[in-house]
Amino acid sequence: MSHGALHARLVIERSDDFRLDVDLSIEPGRTAALLGPNGTGKSTVVSAIAGLLPIDSGSIRLGDEILDDPDAGVFVPAEDRGVGVVFQDYLLFPHLSVLENVAFGLRSRKTETSSARRASREWLTRVGLEGMEGERPGEVSGGQAQRVALARALATEPRLLLLDEPLSALDVTTRTALRRSLADHLSGFPGPRMLITHDPTEAFLLADEVYVMEAGVITQTGAPDEIRLRPRTKYAADLAGSNLVSGEAFGGRVEVGEFIVHIADHTLAGPVLLIIHPHAVSIHRAEPEGSPRNTWSTVVTRVESLGDRVRLQTGDPLPLTAEVTGEAREALSLAPGVPVWLSLKATEIGVEQHG
Amino acid sequence: MILLGALGTALVAVPLIGLLWRAPWAELGSVITSRVVLDALRLSLISSLSATAIAFVLGIPVAWLLARVEFPGRHLVRGLVLLPLVLPPVVGGAALLFALGRRGLVGEPVYEATGLVLPFSTWGVVLASTFVAMPFLVITVEGALHNLDQRYEGAAASLGARRWTVLRRVTLPMVGPSLLAGLVLTWARAFGEFGATITFAGNLQGRTQTLPLAVFVALESDRGVAVAISLLMVVVSLIVLVALRERWWRVS
Repeated sequence: MSHGALHARLVIERSDDFRLDVDLSIEPGRTAALLGPNGTGKSTVVSAIAGLLPIDSGSIRLGDEILDDPDAGVFVPAEDRGVGVVFQDYLLFPHLSVLENVAFGLRSRKTETSSARRASREWLTRVGLEGMEGERPGEVSGGQAQRVALARALATEPRLLLLDEPLSALDVTTRTALRRSLADHLSGFPGPRMLITHDPTEAFLLADEVYVMEAGVITQTGAPDEIRLRPRTKYAADLAGSNLVSGEAFGGRVEVGEFIVHIADHTLAGPVLLIIHPHAVSIHRAEPEGSPRNTWSTVVTRVESLGDRVRLQTGDPLPLTAEVTGEAREALSLAPGVPVWLSLKATEIGVEQHG
Repeated sequence: MILLGALGTALVAVPLIGLLWRAPWAELGSVITSRVVLDALRLSLISSLSATAIAFVLGIPVAWLLARVEFPGRHLVRGLVLLPLVLPPVVGGAALLFALGRRGLVGEPVYEATGLVLPFSTWGVVLASTFVAMPFLVITVEGALHNLDQRYEGAAASLGARRWTVLRRVTLPMVGPSLLAGLVLTWARAFGEFGATITFAGNLQGRTQTLPLAVFVALESDRGVAVAISLLMVVVSLIVLVALRERWWRVS
């Protein structure tokens, strides 16, 4: 099956004066993340593209085919769209075995039972679940259920893959491991891929492009770095503004190039990802006294006002985004080119193992 | 509490013990294999199973409409369909007679067109049983459909399943336990049906005389026979209950 790009303009009006108006384009082989807080209409976007909810106006196009266009009177039902979905909470059929769940799509498409089972077994092997064929969804762990859901969606060889919060039901350790394997499976999928998430780390690590969505509309679109460095709304600044820094951990120290960051966890070793919230970075005009072990001097490279708060970019050796109040900016006379001291408490740095 | 609980249990147990106490154990075999009883048993099984089958075919769509489709007057339709639950069966039988009798609203044109007479026929028994029993299926399945997370059906559709496949492979299996419970209740209600049947279908041995009607007749003539038939019905009901005990008792 050939893979075309997704072009969607979705307008959905609900009676409770909620209006969704979203524009999306995803090329084959690219991953877009739809990043936004809960209750902003992200799952509605999934339903509309999957064909479970008709749009009120706009159009959905996949390659050359129009999937939904109310003005033209076109609506392709979900079962004919070839859109693979990993649903929030996975929605595995509880009365069917793991194997039958994966085979469900193929059998619905009239594939012969034995070849559907064979193909499904291969998919289960591919997601690392060989030997689990006979289990019921209720008997497998959250991480396994996620992989069954992924295999079930991929087994139908869809033209487009939608993942609705695929990692949010998992505990932190599983999430990190599965994020890596999800990245592999995503890169093996040739069509457009869309990841719905409220977790900026997930969006930035898995997506080529991020759509920030708030209250039913897209407020910013761009590459992950662009959103992170130049957030346009308060929400984007809050959630997407975290500094993500890759480094090598050993014994409570993380090497980031030449620079050393001290972290609270002394057991971690190997590649890690540091998550440093802009609030966690303290700014001083003189070398601070006292406890913080992470203290260094640098220079302000950029100052940006976000209402009553101010966002700063700082220079080498560890370029970071920091956030201070408007008063602090006045008091410290912060402007581009001003030399400053930064400090960072080890306990305020988030650390994740990173492949 | 313990005392009241014991009293409640006794309320159910004592009549059953009474049956056992009065049972004509010596002639039980010959009574049960007598022509009258065998006819009634056969008729009861046929009519209660037919009523259950009809309720399955018609009741599930009704339950689905009530649970899933918004239409004007839905509450009215629900009330109407569930009315036989609370309606005295005799009234139901009389209503059936006025509607489907040979001179009835629907019965007359049907009779003139096909020569089919429903009252006082085995079909009449099936119809009367379905009338009183189907609401049990509708109410249980509607509740289950209502509680079923519809996103599962969406997931099935996104995997390429057409409506019929979704119903057959996802919806019905997922409401399976409730559907089974509904079917058992429906069957039990049809099996024990008396009032609507005797009013609409009469009491003709071999044609419309089911086990409950046979018990009623025997009470007037031969009490031993009445007790024997009653025991037979207890046994048949117990067999069903025991066969389903896993499902029934797991609920608690």
